[in-house]
Amino acid sequence: MRAESFSVTELELAGWPVRITSYRIGETWHAKADNVSPGANIARARAEGREQAEVKVIERASERLGATRRHPRG
Amino acid sequence: MSGYAHPEVLVTTDWVDRHSRDRGVRVVEVDVDTGSYDEGHVPGAIGWAWDSQLCDTVVRDILPKDRFERLLGDSGISRDTVVVLYGDNNNWFAAWAFWQLKIYGHPDVRLMNGGRVKWLAEGRELSLESPAVAPTDYSASEPDLSIRAFLDQVREASGASAADLVDVRSPAEFSGEILAPPGLPETCQRGGHVPGARNIPWGKACAPDGTFKSAGALRELYAAEGIVGDKPIVAYCRIGERSSHSWFVLKYLLGYEGVSNYDGSWTEWGNLVGAPVERGA
Repeated sequence: MRAESFSVTELELAGWPVRITSYRIGETWHAKADNVSPGANIARARAEGREQAEVKVIERASERLGATRRHPRG
Repeated sequence: MSGYAHPEVLVTTDWVDRHSRDRGVRVVEVDVDTGSYDEGHVPGAIGWAWDSQLCDTVVRDILPKDRFERLLGDSGISRDTVVVLYGDNNNWFAAWAFWQLKIYGHPDVRLMNGGRVKWLAEGRELSLESPAVAPTDYSASEPDLSIRAFLDQVREASGASAADLVDVRSPAEFSGEILAPPGLPETCQRGGHVPGARNIPWGKACAPDGTFKSAGALRELYAAEGIVGDKPIVAYCRIGERSSHSWFVLKYLLGYEGVSNYDGSWTEWGNLVGAPVERGA
């Protein structure tokens, strides 16, 4: 068993850069979203297809990123 | 890996592929996302959960010595075992585990360069099986706290410039624009950084494939912020795992003396009554 079709893409969600990593292990597709800077994992999802896994992870990541507050630096 | 001060603490994915099941070698996966191990892991590897097995779950602290001994014993590790650590997020919590193993004096600990993501990207074999482990009666050394910084040392470093403070969080956390990495819960009352700290995000030490940059590039990275190893260095982040990664770079790859990890980090300083905070870049 190996990770296959490993792919990394970057996009912006809720105003934040996000990296989506997806791959298949066996019959299951895995997708993870991290926040690029600092690179922390913010969401993960599993599905039967890459697209479904990525859609789920983007939905979850968007929700979490949308709750991030920017503070005045004064 | 030539050029590093201590190249013996790093192994390649190739090396792990060849030795993960060797007698005398124990590979351990330690992830931020504690579910990753169950997706599939290096054959022969066991998994440790940072949030339940690598810290005291009542008092905010690292593992006490007796629990550390139990963990290593239950993991089939003896004093002469080569422990190879790897994990997600380019080894954040693998480095945290490395740091604790060094606090308790384990002789031979190594990180798999590039961590879990490199193993996956290279399409290497994965296993769903947890290996059978023969428990040992592990005996740890007394803790070496020279590699762990506490609040008083950070106060002194900040106030009297007794040490270089390296904040390894993202620029937005350092400036105070955000109180936690985007998408994660806020865990402090105030944003900003410890006065006098330099911001050198942990990820700048890594190449795109997750491996560490060359010794020369790392030396330049830190020197550009005035960190040259001419005085003690204290690394910190939010809870101490990212700074374990930078601690590893500074101490083992660059060979600087007197490097410690402040695991209280911003969740301590940023919540402390009366602590001065600097904002902005």
